[in-house]
Amino acid sequence: MAAVLDVTPVNAWTALRRRLQQDRVGTVSLGIVVAYLVMILFATAGWLAGGWSQEVGVPYANPAFLGERPNLEAALGKRQARSGVVPDLSAVDPLAPKYAEWERRTGELRMTEPERAMTLPWGGDRWGRDVLDKAIKGSQVSIAVGVLAALCATCIGTLLGAFAGFYGRWVNDVLEWVYNVFTSIPSILLIFSLAAVLRSGAFAHLFASGIWTVVIILAFTGWTGMYRLVRAEYMKHRSREYVLAAQAIGASAASRMFVHILPNVSHVILVQLSLLVVAFIKVEVILSFLGLGVPLDMVSWGTMLSEAQTELVIGKWWQLAAATVFMAIFLTAFSMLIDSLRDALDPKLR
Amino acid sequence: MVPTLAGVILLVFLLFKFFGGDPSQILAGQVASQEQIDAIRRELGLDQPWPVQLWIFVREIVSFDFGKSWMTREQVSSIFLTRLPATLTITIPILLLEAALAIPAAMLVAYYRGTLLDRTVMAICVAAMSVSFLVYIIVGQYLLGFQLGWFPVQGWSDDFWRNLFTYAPLPVLLAALVGLAPQTRLYRSFFLDETKSDYVRTARAKGLSEPAIMRKHVLRNALVPVLTNVSLLVPGVFVGSFLLEIFFSIPGLGREIYLAVNRSDYPVIQAVTVYLSVLTMLINLAADVLYTLVDPRIQLR
Repeated sequence: MAAVLDVTPVNAWTALRRRLQQDRVGTVSLGIVVAYLVMILFATAGWLAGGWSQEVGVPYANPAFLGERPNLEAALGKRQARSGVVPDLSAVDPLAPKYAEWERRTGELRMTEPERAMTLPWGGDRWGRDVLDKAIKGSQVSIAVGVLAALCATCIGTLLGAFAGFYGRWVNDVLEWVYNVFTSIPSILLIFSLAAVLRSGAFAHLFASGIWTVVIILAFTGWTGMYRLVRAEYMKHRSREYVLAAQAIGASAASRMFVHILPNVSHVILVQLSLLVVAFIKVEVILSFLGLGVPLDMVSWGTMLSEAQTELVIGKWWQLAAATVFMAIFLTAFSMLIDSLRDALDPKLR
Repeated sequence: MVPTLAGVILLVFLLFKFFGGDPSQILAGQVASQEQIDAIRRELGLDQPWPVQLWIFVREIVSFDFGKSWMTREQVSSIFLTRLPATLTITIPILLLEAALAIPAAMLVAYYRGTLLDRTVMAICVAAMSVSFLVYIIVGQYLLGFQLGWFPVQGWSDDFWRNLFTYAPLPVLLAALVGLAPQTRLYRSFFLDETKSDYVRTARAKGLSEPAIMRKHVLRNALVPVLTNVSLLVPGVFVGSFLLEIFFSIPGLGREIYLAVNRSDYPVIQAVTVYLSVLTMLINLAADVLYTLVDPRIQLR
């Protein structure tokens, strides 16, 4: 008997890794996604793009490879600064008596005008900030929003789906009613309602800064698909032998739900979670563009695009290009990775 | 449907009641005397206990009388009537154009499944879907409207035909192109599901040509899930075009509700949300009925 069958049981995640490695598209996508994650980690630590809000260049600084291009906007700004002749209005100006004091106090402060670069690696925006730094920082914010919101939505959807699927009966009826309510409101209206409420509402000051407003909006409106999937899985699994066996040895309902069944449906959750990340990043970009997303002192792909719209008309295309390319590469790689992941996790193809 | 509707009303009410700002403060502004605030509270019924307020809300919905917008003093019902035509002028052509382009495209790539053409088209679809809708609009508006001057950059008139043939084509074209990639991908999978079924094998066995199988057998069966998907898109015709309306200054419902969010105009948001939810439910019901006509295997319980 020379034929040796390799029947050593492998851990499910080891098997997944092996299958992913055989998939060339999947490996490349995984590499790109990991590269983005490293970039985000560095940006969060402040090693990369820490000074994105510094005005390091002249307004609309040209990209380094287009250094020769005339930059009328920067030249205009310089001319205005130089020709600062103020007509004498002290006879009618009610603030005239205070000027002397203000002059004195200004004199106490020392202003240093930093040297502004004429060109930046990938150009500058209206205030002379480095577009490349902004794109990196924007990636951090946009992806963080997408991932955090997807995690929150997954928690809500999984918890409710587990309860509805596992207990059935009236628990299921009640949760189905909630699901129907949420899905019968067009999602964009739910998002807008929530945005209106969180902007002007009783808790507005809590969410005035940071990314939590948009995370809450996305999680609260996006959990329904996850709920439906998890519920179906739990309905399928709750009467399987291994769950009944667990019940026979005295495992509690909570233990059966989250210790026994959850690992067996985790692949479904993982794929849906990744799909949510892609969807949420797209929505975040639109919300930030409309001014309903991340606050003004942060940068995301959406806020970059909203600046890019006016810049494009005067021929400054680099911010639009940077935001688009960063977003497109990440989302393409991530979507391809999801496809590979789904194939690798599908037991039918094994 | 009635419990769901009750749930929608309750959700909207609770959301605005417990998370929203105090309407009297939003209405009266920063500098208002206590009497002014009290007067507004009395007028809106805010001095009543909240079950009574819920009853007032329900009465407003049932009687189609949401009063006036807080900011523009326009009747909410007139906002619906005047904004909806503009929205429908662009969304219905989008819906039709998308279906008309995506179904043949999906059939084509499904016919050439597994070949280089199929894989190339699918890769382009994934890449195209990864670029934000915003980028398509910004670039399309700049390139086709501003640089090349083929279409007006933005605008709207009072004349339906002028709107449809002058102002609507650019937004419609952009939206249809953006919708093409995901829909082609989805419909291709519907077609592929059908090509694996037994009746296709039978048709092949009796010697039918591949194009004939595709046209006569696969297409008709694959249209059922396609129809499901289109019916899911139909509710989107009312506010789904809000981005286009904002970019192209089209006085539609989507832009109106975006403006309402920006000025905290609660009655407009509430009314649009509740009524469009009702409309969505009705459309879904109609779609269910439609299935039984298209596919005799499906029966309503």
